[in-house]
Amino acid sequence: MADAHAKNHDYHLVDPSPWPFVGSLGAFVMAVGAVFYMHNEVETGIWGSPWLFYIGFAIVLYTMYGWWADVVREAENGDHTPVVQLHHRYGMIMFIASEVMFFVAWFWAYFDVSLFPDQAQQFLRVEATGGEWPPVGIATFNPWDIPLINTLILLTSGTTATWAHHALLEGDRKSVKTGLILTVILGAVFSMFQVYEYMHATFPFLDSNIYGSTFYMATGFHGFHVLIGTIFLAVCLLRVYKGHFTEKHHFGFEAAAWYWHFVDVVWLFLFAAIYVWGAGTPAAH
Amino acid sequence: MAGQAAHGEHEDHPTGWRRYVYSTNHKDIGTMYLIFAIVAGIVGGALSVGMRMELQEPGMQIFSNPHTFNVFTTAHGLIMIFFMVMPAMIGGYGNWFVPLMIGAPDMAFPRMNNISFWLLPSAFALLILSLFFEGPAGNYGVGGGWTVYAPLSTSGQPGPAMDFAILALHIAGASSILGAINFITTILNMRAPGMTLHKMPLFVWSVLVTAFLLLLSLPVLAGGITMLLTDRNFGTSFFDPAGGGDPILFQHLFWFFGHPEVYILILPGFGIVSQVISTFSRKPVFGYLGMAYAMVAIGVVGFVVWAHHMYTVGLDVDTQAYFVAATMVIAVPTGVKIFSWIATMWGGSLEFRAPMLFAIGFIFLFTLGGVTGVVLSNAGVDRSYHDTYYVVAHFHYVLSLGAVFAIFSAWYYWFPKMFGYMYSETIAKVHFWMMFIGVNMLFMPMHFLGRAGMPRRYVDYPEAFAGWNMVASYGSYLSAFSVFIFLGCVAHAFAKKEKASANPWGEGANTLEWTLSSPPPFHQFSDLPRIEEDASH
Repeated sequence: MADAHAKNHDYHLVDPSPWPFVGSLGAFVMAVGAVFYMHNEVETGIWGSPWLFYIGFAIVLYTMYGWWADVVREAENGDHTPVVQLHHRYGMIMFIASEVMFFVAWFWAYFDVSLFPDQAQQFLRVEATGGEWPPVGIATFNPWDIPLINTLILLTSGTTATWAHHALLEGDRKSVKTGLILTVILGAVFSMFQVYEYMHATFPFLDSNIYGSTFYMATGFHGFHVLIGTIFLAVCLLRVYKGHFTEKHHFGFEAAAWYWHFVDVVWLFLFAAIYVWGAGTPAAH
Repeated sequence: MAGQAAHGEHEDHPTGWRRYVYSTNHKDIGTMYLIFAIVAGIVGGALSVGMRMELQEPGMQIFSNPHTFNVFTTAHGLIMIFFMVMPAMIGGYGNWFVPLMIGAPDMAFPRMNNISFWLLPSAFALLILSLFFEGPAGNYGVGGGWTVYAPLSTSGQPGPAMDFAILALHIAGASSILGAINFITTILNMRAPGMTLHKMPLFVWSVLVTAFLLLLSLPVLAGGITMLLTDRNFGTSFFDPAGGGDPILFQHLFWFFGHPEVYILILPGFGIVSQVISTFSRKPVFGYLGMAYAMVAIGVVGFVVWAHHMYTVGLDVDTQAYFVAATMVIAVPTGVKIFSWIATMWGGSLEFRAPMLFAIGFIFLFTLGGVTGVVLSNAGVDRSYHDTYYVVAHFHYVLSLGAVFAIFSAWYYWFPKMFGYMYSETIAKVHFWMMFIGVNMLFMPMHFLGRAGMPRRYVDYPEAFAGWNMVASYGSYLSAFSVFIFLGCVAHAFAKKEKASANPWGEGANTLEWTLSSPPPFHQFSDLPRIEEDASH
């Protein structure tokens, strides 16, 4: 790098990239497709089918793949100096902070009704809930059944992720793989139990009353985050097999672990607030 | 390995369309943001002139369908907030000058910076699309106001238009969250050696606080409008009392975002005005630390005052009392800022260039809007003023006259730096005076109309309100005409190509951007500047 423009700092001046533009285009197509599909009573025929949404979604997925592949390539090229890694840490922390605020909205909706199901001036609500929480007629899940098992699964997966992390710090790559494989499996089992639970629910999501609305959207968005976290960890596992990550430099792994712990903590709040505190009469088996 | 070969020989100066579409350069991205904001501002401004043409006289003038008037107010609000002020202040000036002022070569995440920009045209296109789809049965467009309150935004407007608007907000929100992460990381990690937080220019402080507000408030809006989306399309009952939901919940979620949002719109303006006042008074800002922490205080308290937008929804009286008190507290740090600006000018060697005129105009008009804000913070008074033109006058004094004047102040202040040419001082001053007279003529009468009881968001009004409405409409035309003078000033500068020096403002302009050429090199600070121990702010 003996040219006239030699940079004497450790920051990473990223090469021009098509991904931001392509990704934004994908987001636009996805949004238009979603509206048409949601309104297939107006947009009949081919416009009312979900294909446009899927095209947009495919563009977004392709962008994610291409973009992150570039990031991984740059990491392997040594562009991620210590100060750039610090950027990544700050970035990830703040991304998680914004996710926390997103869940605040769902908990807000939940407590708005669960704390005040019986205010006289909200007479329609009182009619709908019977003035109680959980609402009259809702058979909730027994928190000490699958929800407790899922809590234990997620807590265990947190320990296996930490095991993998410590193994990585020690340079024990075999244990990294074992720890990560276990974490991914536990994440997948959690998701399967969630699906099983949804399938056996006695209250609906579509055309639901407020119990189903808050329950499914809060736990559903959590489940979606579990899925993202599982994929993130699986990608890290793949990268371990490819020989990425060193004892000193493995922020991709740490970010996945942070994200996983965040998902875990959200679950603990869901478990405590919705499943345990909000439990009524469990559905008969 | 192809990647290896590319490493080390960065495409130093990409050209053609790729330079912008594929950009990872904070200055090019900042320029795109500014152009986008000007285009969106013209669209949003045209909508407001349409509204004033309608309201010039009682009776129906140009709208045959009252719903279309509400579509105009809704689109005007959303466009001006999300596609004009925010892109100009944070995306435009923030991108251009945060790295320059802290002595950094670029933003922390240059590629993510570009998606923050490119998501905005996508969002804007969705919003424009919404105008051409059904909202309420048989009518086109979203007419629920920028606050999209349920149930008007759920069962009230079942057509696709509202879904387009909701997704436009989702995408614009994602753009802002990514931008906020980028700014915070850049400011915390990339300050030049020796530049401590307490030596940072106040504009950088203002963007830092703004970015935190964006980061923590926008996801709550995202949650709220996602509930709107599922209530509308998947049969949930978040805002439907018949299913046990609560329409007031939407207002809480919305204003928990919405109140920080109005500070997001004005805080960068505070930063800009501090730089400009200091430059053209040839004095450091009075009470630098107080100015910085006043913005932090405004940001923090801004998160706990949201229900003062909701006094009339049936809140408990104790709750209202709390929100009155908390809201009034904000007047204290705001007063610190106003008085410190005045103290900065006191005894300074003042030079009334166009940026300074706009900055002083800002202080005058923002103070006026701030004072009516204190009036409105009283829950009792708000009983009578809620949803009247008094409120419209208040928030246009702080935003349309506050934020927008700050944007123009920054435009003239940094125009020579950004584009390398001097603008015509004469045309700029004509722009200022015409706009100053125009907006005051437009918004001052709205106080009187509001006090007389004229409600907002109506296409028509009784004969009694005719006089001041006509004055307001003429003010609107004058303001609109001043925008043409502004565009003329830009065209004139680019045609005349009068080269700007590195620092056209003299010794008062002592932040780092003035140490670089005008315009700065494609990549600046390849050798990081060092801030000396005794450097002034």
